[in-house]
Formats: sequence, C-alpha cells, structure tokens
Amino acid sequence: MTKLERHLIREARELRPGAPTIATLDELAARADAEGLVDVAYTQTDSPLGPLTIAATDAGLVTLAYPDRTVEQVLGQIAEKVSPRILELPARLDAVRQQLDEYFTGSRQRFDFPLDWRLAGDGFFGKILRAADEIDYGQTITYRQIAERAGNVKAVRAAGNGLGSNPIPIVVPCHRVVATGGGMGGYTGGVERKQYLLALERGEPELAPVA
Amino acid sequence: MSLPPFQVLLDTHGAVVHRFLVAAVGPIDADDCFQETFIAALRAYPELENGRNLRGWLLRIAQRKALDAHRAAARRAIPSDSLPDTDATPPAEPVDGESELWAQVRSLPEKQRMGVFLRSVAGFSYGDVAIALDCSQAAARRSVFEGLERLRKDWVT
Repeated sequence: MTKLERHLIREARELRPGAPTIATLDELAARADAEGLVDVAYTQTDSPLGPLTIAATDAGLVTLAYPDRTVEQVLGQIAEKVSPRILELPARLDAVRQQLDEYFTGSRQRFDFPLDWRLAGDGFFGKILRAADEIDYGQTITYRQIAERAGNVKAVRAAGNGLGSNPIPIVVPCHRVVATGGGMGGYTGGVERKQYLLALERGEPELAPVA
Repeated sequence: MSLPPFQVLLDTHGAVVHRFLVAAVGPIDADDCFQETFIAALRAYPELENGRNLRGWLLRIAQRKALDAHRAAARRAIPSDSLPDTDATPPAEPVDGESELWAQVRSLPEKQRMGVFLRSVAGFSYGDVAIALDCSQAAARRSVFEGLERLRKDWVT
C-alpha cells in the first residue's frame, strides 16, 4: 500500500465517521414504507418474558418470537417464506406493541389487530393453531381436546407438534393447551414462560419476570 | 441461495455505500443519493436471481445515482438552451471542510474515481472492483492505477 493510499483511507474515515446518520436511515425507512416497498416490517419490544421480535405484513402480525431465536434467525425465515423486503419499522407495529403491553399488565384479554396466518401452514398444524386461537383468556384445554376440535381426536402428539410450531405465540394462545391430569406439557418458549402466562391470566399478582 | 433480509443488507453495506457516495458526489448530496440508491435497490430486490455479491450490486446502483446527481448539477449550472454535459464531473473545490485530496478524488473521471475508492478505500479485490464497474479485471486495474497516478501527481507537487 502506498503512502497516498494510506492517506486516502485516513481521510475517508474522517470524512463522515459513523455514516449514514440515524436521521437518514429513518427517512429512508419512512420513504420506503410510503412507497409501498416494505413487505414485512419488524421491531423488538420489551416484555416480562424478554425482548420479543415482532413482524407484520400488510395482512397483519405474521411472527412473534422469543429471544431464544436470534433476530437474524427470525428474519431469515421470514425472508425465505414471505419476502426478503424486510425493514425495521417500529411505527407499523405500534398497535401490536401497545396491546402486548396492556396484556402483560393484565388490562387486556383479547388482541384485536389482524393476523397473517401464512407461516402457520394449511394442514393439520394450521387447524390446530386456529383451534388454539379460539380458547378464551384464562381457560385451558387438553391436547386431546384440541386434537378433537381440529378434527382428529387420535392425533394428540401431532397436536403438540403443531402447537410447538406456532409462529405467533402469546397472541395465538397455544399456552392455554395443557396435558391431561394437570401437567404443563411443553411450550415453544419453555415451560417457565407457559407457567408465567397461565399465572398472569389467573390474575396472580407480583409475578417474577422470565427473561 | 436465497436473498438475505433487506435490513441485513442495509446494516452490512450501508456504511460503505454512503462513504462511496460522499467520495462520488460530496457530503452535501450524499444523503439524497444514499436514499435513492436503497429505494431503487429495494424496488428491484425481489427480482434478483441470487444473493451473490450484493455489495457490488449496491455499489453499481450507487454509481448510477451519483451519475444522475452529476448530470442534474450540470444542468443547473449551464444555460437552459445548451445540452447537458453527460461526462460532467463536480468542481474540484473542497466543500464542507473536506480536504483538497478528496475534492481531487471527486474530480477524477468516473471509472478512475470509482476504482480508486473501491480499491484503496473500501478494500475491494480487483475482481469485485470489476464487478462494480462492470468491466474486465484488467480494465479495473488500469482505472485504479491511472486514478492513483493522477492523484499522486497533483498531491505530491
């Protein structure tokens, strides 16, 4: 490398450190959104169960992910199965964030923003998840019962697998499905989070966060 | 190979694209060109056939946006009844506190300016420079060499 090249590199760094600015990036994201170029908007939101990654299409909320999956993993799956035109656009998820906050403080029992079911699948898993979506706040049913509601009483194990693949946990309340005889069963975010959500919905005060 | 999420593209290559545009059009127009570049990229993204060398792809778009900015500047600078100068290069006077060397880089001919920036500042291989400039590797080497020679002559003396 010549002296001139070293000089060029040094000057390039001094030219505009840390470029582009946050303001430029925000303006870019807002403009891309206004021109209809963003197929999937995402952001992160804090919760007692750790930071959640949430993503929405024009149709509605398509994914909610616990921090067990990295943002890169979550976005990679969406890029492959929905669209790679994904940008961080918190404003498009304001309603979702607000309703999640209300849910976690106990002041909301139903979510009324639209859902995009695309990642839930069309087969038996999709039917299981739609059946889970019908379970009311604070109620629980068994794996056998949900298998029956989805049209195949014998597919108890498949029902569990379907719930485990839930792309929108918390909002599609797969945590309200428990084992026969009082056991917890499994949960996509870990059994401790399932216990937290069920305790929250029973109205138990002073819950310790499960981050 | 599937395409990465666009946000990842922006996070990974945003800085080098912006720095390239500062070198190409100066700090004042760089922000506008930066937005134009990524809006155009986002528009074309779903039709891309593969995710290979996305940095080179972005820099080619940035190069076109820089050229548009130069033409627009040239049109503003000349009487409306004469034709725009398509090879217009920006004036070599430093703007906004930048050094004379950078002003000189900006006033290099298109390919030399790109070549010098991509090779010496962004650290591209000649193969990547060739892809970004859409030319052969030999031509890329020549552009970088000629650009550096020209700078050296003005800079040393």
